[in-house]
Amino acid sequence: MMHKKPKNLFQKVWDAHLVAENDDAPSILYIDLHLIHEVTSPQAFSGLRDKGLKVRRPERTIGTMDHSIPTLSLDLETADDMAVKQLAQFEKNCTDFGIQFYGMDSPNRGIVHVIGPEQGFTQPGQTIVCGDSHTSTHGAFGALAFGIGTSEVEHVLATQALLQNRPKTCLVKFEGKLQRGVTAKDMILALIARIGIGGGTGHVFEYAGEAIRTLNMEERMTLCNMSIEAGARAGMIAPDNVTFEYLAGRPYAPSGEAWKAALKKWRQLPSDKGAEYDQTITIDVSKLEPMVTFGTNPGMGTEINSSVPSPIHESDPAKKSALEKALAYMDLAPASALKGHPVDVVFIGSCTNSRMSDLRAAASILKGRKVAEGIRLLVVPGSENIRLEAEAEGIDEIVREAGGEWRFAGCSMCIAMNGDNLEPGQYAVSTSNRNFEGRQGKGGRTFLASPLTAAASAITGKITDPREFI
Amino acid sequence: MKSFTKLTSKIIPLPHTDVDTDQIIPARYLKVIDKSGLAEGLFDSWRRLEDGSQNPEFPLNQDEYQDAQILLAGDNFGCGSSREHAPWALMGWGISVVISTSFADIFRNNALKNGLLPIVVSEEIQKSLFDLSEEAPAATIDIDLEAQHFSLPNGDMVSFEIDTFSKTCLLEGIDQLGYLMKHENQIAAFEAMRNE
Ligand code: SF4
Repeated sequence: MMHKKPKNLFQKVWDAHLVAENDDAPSILYIDLHLIHEVTSPQAFSGLRDKGLKVRRPERTIGTMDHSIPTLSLDLETADDMAVKQLAQFEKNCTDFGIQFYGMDSPNRGIVHVIGPEQGFTQPGQTIVCGDSHTSTHGAFGALAFGIGTSEVEHVLATQALLQNRPKTCLVKFEGKLQRGVTAKDMILALIARIGIGGGTGHVFEYAGEAIRTLNMEERMTLCNMSIEAGARAGMIAPDNVTFEYLAGRPYAPSGEAWKAALKKWRQLPSDKGAEYDQTITIDVSKLEPMVTFGTNPGMGTEINSSVPSPIHESDPAKKSALEKALAYMDLAPASALKGHPVDVVFIGSCTNSRMSDLRAAASILKGRKVAEGIRLLVVPGSENIRLEAEAEGIDEIVREAGGEWRFAGCSMCIAMNGDNLEPGQYAVSTSNRNFEGRQGKGGRTFLASPLTAAASAITGKITDPREFI
Repeated sequence: MKSFTKLTSKIIPLPHTDVDTDQIIPARYLKVIDKSGLAEGLFDSWRRLEDGSQNPEFPLNQDEYQDAQILLAGDNFGCGSSREHAPWALMGWGISVVISTSFADIFRNNALKNGLLPIVVSEEIQKSLFDLSEEAPAATIDIDLEAQHFSLPNGDMVSFEIDTFSKTCLLEGIDQLGYLMKHENQIAAFEAMRNE
């Protein structure tokens, strides 16, 4: 009897998309779904025009506007001239090359990594790319999804394929049950704090274990979203009934007979028994507390009741100076408590945490309460559909009554390109994914945390353990 | 794509680890629709003081580095966002080589597609290069991509790794899209095999 070598989830998806393998060149990988937005695509279209090329499979590319658009209104009146020009160029590029896109007037518009799953474009077993590092989000469905540069955007537009070297694989097992008030965001922040922001370089993560199976799709997306913050190319979760239930009935998900056939295929995707990985990491989440970052990269995080680390305890000189630099930027004293540190702004949004369950979690704390005096709370849904659904539930009212701002969908203060930004020196608790220097506005200082922690911090005006409110 | 063969240049020291692409080129510079003008934003927040004036401490602002083309950085250079504006900005300023102990995957890919050479060295070599740039800022090193090594002023040779494909593309200035398009038939066959 022949025994096939067991394969893991990544290997199955990779192997099914190999167009060609060469000894002295990277593999050619077929791409099922290509997502584009206004910021990282214009030069790719210019490249096509310069070379007289067409888009090979326009129906496999979907466009949306998210990064530089204003969230104050659905027109571009508050956008600056450069953004207006960039958005107009994007629209022209999509129109000229026959690509479906969601403009400002579309209820299906939103953050690229939110709308892919929402519309059912994102499906198990696909290869998905976008000129955006958080494409890893789509791995929550058991897709191989990763960010690419603009040259590669052009490659995909022209050929529907990419040159890729096969990455290594790492199994990340989250064991145990999460405590109340501890979320998927805390799980991923804990992983990155443990392995560092370069810990996943060259690897694709597969998340598994008891704690993963109990997460809903939105939570799985939060987790996979930040795989790139550990340096991993992608993060994947084997599809299961939770995945299929989420997808069933979505506009672009298969239906009828095609759905049955797809299900049959998708059920083959989970890693075979005995499949191997280049690395395995195990994390027990049963004692995990809410996490918050203190530094200037997502790996500089700790449990909310711990204190800021002291550089004097760091023996590696490079790490020591990185920590000193981070604490100087954040203006935090070594060994000081994080809990209780005053904040100026709370941002709830981004492709990490802007879906319905995130907004509901925040609303559960905001309801009937008021944001602390002088605190700015900004809540930005991930898509227009989410905004409308949240409004139908009254979440917008809860936010406004608490004293917060309720916005139209977009990336907003996650990347601060659209006028939503921190002022120099301000502190923010943010549900986004990056706390790099100046990420949320020049001189701004970011504490990354979950929507629960963010909402609780908005109420008290300082970093707060959400378990005090639930 | 610009080809890369040999280079003799001073080294610009940037002794920080985990330099993310938000530092290399902040998002406020990403509203362009072409590749020009990005050098203006290179390391903007480190290069300029709060009042907008040049930070004299930052090496890119110092006279002796104005013609330097090699950037020497700490571990995990180019982490974060996938923006190809990062290598465009570096190259726009005049950088042709970045030396570090490791690079983030997407940055490395983006750099190679633009003729920017990322060289990975050991911690030891990295330290000796930082020492060299401190002791003799005007010293130059000679990089030879074909031979896959660079020579230090004292005559020491340091070899580095690069995959054959990237090396050929750099040496000959080959645009990878051209290579990919030569495989059109195989791509079409793959689509046919999947019944499309
Ligand atoms: S929300 Fe932030 S991280 Fe996500 S796509 Fe937009 S800018 Fe990027």
